[in-house]
Amino acid sequence: MNIEIIKAEHLTKYYGDFLAVNDISFSVHKGEIFGFLGPNGAGKTTTIRMLTGILNPNSGRIEVFGMDMKKHKIEIRERTGIVPEMANPYIDLSAMRNLRLMGRLYGMKGREIEERSVELLKLFNLYEKKDTKVRGFSKGMKQRLSLAMAMLPDPELLFLDEPTSGLDVMSARLIKKIIREEQKKGKTIFMNTHNMQDANELCNRVAIINHGKLIAIDTPEKIKEIGAKSNVIEFSLSPFKFKEGIVDGRVEILGDKVKVYTAKVDETIKKIVNYAERENLKIVSLNVEKPSLEDVFMALVGEKNE
Amino acid sequence: MSKLSQFSRSLAIVKKDMLIFYLKGPVVIMGLLFPFFLFGAFLIGRDLSHAYLFVALIAMTAFFTSTAVGPTIIPWEARSKTFERLISSPISITTVLFGDMQASFYFGLIITSFISLTAIFLGIALNLLIFIPVVILALLTFSAMTILMSSYPPTDVPADVMMLSSLVKFTLLFISGIFVPLEKLPWYARAVSAISPLTYMVDALRYSVSMHGYFPLWLDLIAMLLFSLIFFFFGVVIHKRVLEKRFT
Repeated sequence: MNIEIIKAEHLTKYYGDFLAVNDISFSVHKGEIFGFLGPNGAGKTTTIRMLTGILNPNSGRIEVFGMDMKKHKIEIRERTGIVPEMANPYIDLSAMRNLRLMGRLYGMKGREIEERSVELLKLFNLYEKKDTKVRGFSKGMKQRLSLAMAMLPDPELLFLDEPTSGLDVMSARLIKKIIREEQKKGKTIFMNTHNMQDANELCNRVAIINHGKLIAIDTPEKIKEIGAKSNVIEFSLSPFKFKEGIVDGRVEILGDKVKVYTAKVDETIKKIVNYAERENLKIVSLNVEKPSLEDVFMALVGEKNE
Repeated sequence: MSKLSQFSRSLAIVKKDMLIFYLKGPVVIMGLLFPFFLFGAFLIGRDLSHAYLFVALIAMTAFFTSTAVGPTIIPWEARSKTFERLISSPISITTVLFGDMQASFYFGLIITSFISLTAIFLGIALNLLIFIPVVILALLTFSAMTILMSSYPPTDVPADVMMLSSLVKFTLLFISGIFVPLEKLPWYARAVSAISPLTYMVDALRYSVSMHGYFPLWLDLIAMLLFSLIFFFFGVVIHKRVLEKRFT
């Protein structure tokens, strides 16, 4: 049986006259990684702020661990770790002091804080820098520390707002690995992201939000099926040359590659081969793929990120 | 969650504030250097009794030190993107603000205690039974005032709050009977001075050095207590109301 850890019902949020979140409902089950996807300004951060009790919705209801957010904010937060968007650790404090502060705010005992801090600093490859002020940390190190701070009280539920945004490859990989390990331990993770690859690799289910409205919610593979009516043909020619109009369907030129979104695979491949022969071009690569999550996302939210 | 647990968590905020904010430039300038120079300017060229000078020194020190830290904390946290993390932990806004208030209070207490030792060098017979409660109550009042000062506008620019709070502080300083005793002020100036919490501290301090003041001592103490409760209450209410604006 799926236990609902988060239950959001008809959430609506206005900033003045601006409708940021428009009547959205969803639930997140125990032990799953739930991805909340959307372009910038879609309402992702507003939603996570409502789910963590920082903002109150204008209407709608939030239940976390079966408790009403309005009445049990502090009790819910006791069992929750949060990495807010752009939230930094305190740069004038060392990594260790940041963790100690977080431990005290969660009511942990001194010895427990020390042991857990050391464990997490080692896990996030920050132990050597434990007494260094965060001011000198790179963005990746700050984000790793931020996640360590959220994980310090060993919460059952983690809210992560863009956890790998703008990070170096090593930091992003480490964070993703740790997120997977947390899930294996039975933790529930709610993750805001606009990184489709992260969502595809990590999430059990994803919801796509645009202009404050939920437009899809399902597993990544099932969401990809929305776009399965068309396939993606990616090819490269040498020397690179391509004329618009030789194939049907939506065409994207990406460097020395061409992507064609079409339902007519056989017909399109023949046209590409004929064109290459006619123009005396070498076919360097030619792949037929199902649309990626990103392709479906783009089709759903539109090309323009308004 | 118990009140005791929230109080214990507020101490974590105090420690954080002490480590981060006590040595910030604006705090050192407005809290330590400024009252020293202001007192120097007040002292030079005047033939005043030691007791009168001591009251002015302690009042200025307590007032400036306990109001130096508080107003800048929340804007600073909002600017450095640490505020959201803080308020998303299992503590209430009231606890966060109570922690910030305590940080202001302890800063004032440390410096004022140290400056109070001048009483020994000036040969002042200080009634400690009056002096200590008055100073503690006054520091609480001024610290609570900083919670109100930092509540509006909901800015993330510390300089904006510093400017506004300085305007308020200097106004209060000049109407509170430090430079000119209350009994020598015209009636309308005395009426204005009654709205300043600093007036009651200065008046109560005079009891500790000379056993007389303008208002009854009990009135000074009750006024400071009421001011501290009102400042903290309205500070918390306004902070809660404008919280959303800090994220939009």
